[in-house]
Amino acid sequence: MIAIIDYGMGNLRSVEKGFAKVAIEAEITSDISVIDRAEAVVLPGVGAFRDCIRNLENLRLIDAVVRSIEKGKPYLGICLGLQILFTESEEFGLCKGLDILKGRVKRFPATDLKIPHMGWNTVKLKKTPPIMEGIEDESFFYFVHSYYVSPKDDDIVAGTTEYGIEFTSMIWKDNIFATQFHPEKSQRLGLKILENFGNLVKRAG
Amino acid sequence: MLAKRIIPCLDVKDGRVVKGVNFVNIRDAGDPVENAIYYDEQGADELVFLDITASHEKRKIILDVVEKTATDVFMPLTVGGGIRDLDDIRDLLNAGCDKVSINTTAVRDPEFIRKAAERFGSQCIVVAIDAKRVHDSRFEIDQERDIPDWLKVNKEMEYLTLSSQDTAAGVKRWEVFTHGGRRPRGIDAIKWARYMEELGAGEILLTSMDRDGTKDGYDIELTRAVSEAVGIPVIASGGAGNLEHLYEAVTEGKADAVLAASIFHYREYTIKEAKEYLIRKGVIVRPV
Repeated sequence: MIAIIDYGMGNLRSVEKGFAKVAIEAEITSDISVIDRAEAVVLPGVGAFRDCIRNLENLRLIDAVVRSIEKGKPYLGICLGLQILFTESEEFGLCKGLDILKGRVKRFPATDLKIPHMGWNTVKLKKTPPIMEGIEDESFFYFVHSYYVSPKDDDIVAGTTEYGIEFTSMIWKDNIFATQFHPEKSQRLGLKILENFGNLVKRAG
Repeated sequence: MLAKRIIPCLDVKDGRVVKGVNFVNIRDAGDPVENAIYYDEQGADELVFLDITASHEKRKIILDVVEKTATDVFMPLTVGGGIRDLDDIRDLLNAGCDKVSINTTAVRDPEFIRKAAERFGSQCIVVAIDAKRVHDSRFEIDQERDIPDWLKVNKEMEYLTLSSQDTAAGVKRWEVFTHGGRRPRGIDAIKWARYMEELGAGEILLTSMDRDGTKDGYDIELTRAVSEAVGIPVIASGGAGNLEHLYEAVTEGKADAVLAASIFHYREYTIKEAKEYLIRKGVIVRPV
């Protein structure tokens, strides 16, 4: 079973329904024992970095999430679930993240481009993580965010996207998979990612 | 590169699609979920439900519609119409919708947009603006304006009101309307859009009252003026009659997305045809 972490933010239901659509067992939870028992963790979410960390802290979920990752269980971070893995974010001054991955979350530079970066954009693959199996390079996915991650270690960058700058839109490091875009809102190809992740969890379990 | 979005809009009343059209893929033309699935298969980039249910008691029906839609359709879903308080937004988001579109309540109480954005995040707060072109002559004659109370009492907000000097000097102006386009509010649409962005709106859904239902094309001047005034995405709406109109809105009009109801609803064009047309003209859209 996959635990979808409920910390009071974001459209969790879409993620749950996405897994259901591809016949993968997943459960929305904020129960630490359920997270500990789960074979994998999915952390979705849109909104503010600081609120996300604060809510996770208040619900005492950070340790459980970190523990799951450290045990080598597959992790799928979506949007904020990608960003909070990093050292810190520039959103509202500086806010500390989980620091599992080194790097900073930055705001898109002020240009003529509209912020938030909202809509469908392509992901250029630097690697082919198992969650991208059967998905072509430069496929379109749905984004909605004003901040992006700037990892210290280029090696963990699995995909990039152009929006004024070329930014990291997908991360892969060992058992950690994370996307800046929303697979649960990206129609067929997004569901394919959820299915791939589910299959990987089955293989790992 | 970020693609321009094509967004079909469905009017929903008491949980049924208004003037539903029977089509090979649709068994029940009035079923919003079936219509949503149809557009999903066509490659729509997002979907908007405009809830025109009049009675507040029947408002819960839309939640059921959203929930059922979110079971089968995995693209961004926006619901507009009748949103009055933060609980309305919370209920819709919990049911599985991604964004809410707010019009009348924003004009009645702009601070509502700030509160909504703080609580749920700007990304899910769309401000819908129904704008009508102000002609110098009409501005003087038409005194029947319902200027919101907060605007009457707050001197600092006065800059938002339409200026007769501007219109007399030939500056193009548009007025904000509410209540489904029936009530003029004495507010300058471009300044309003900018103010809504300031308060935390994540996107503007801009409808031209002059063009809505005409099929004469979007109001390109309005669309461009608003799009250039704000730093958030703008969805053009009102007036789409053919595919060239979509093209104009995202090029000359500088819109980030185009919303259309009847041309897709009555199957004059499919989303696929629209996308192929735009791709041929060099516009970046997500291919079907």
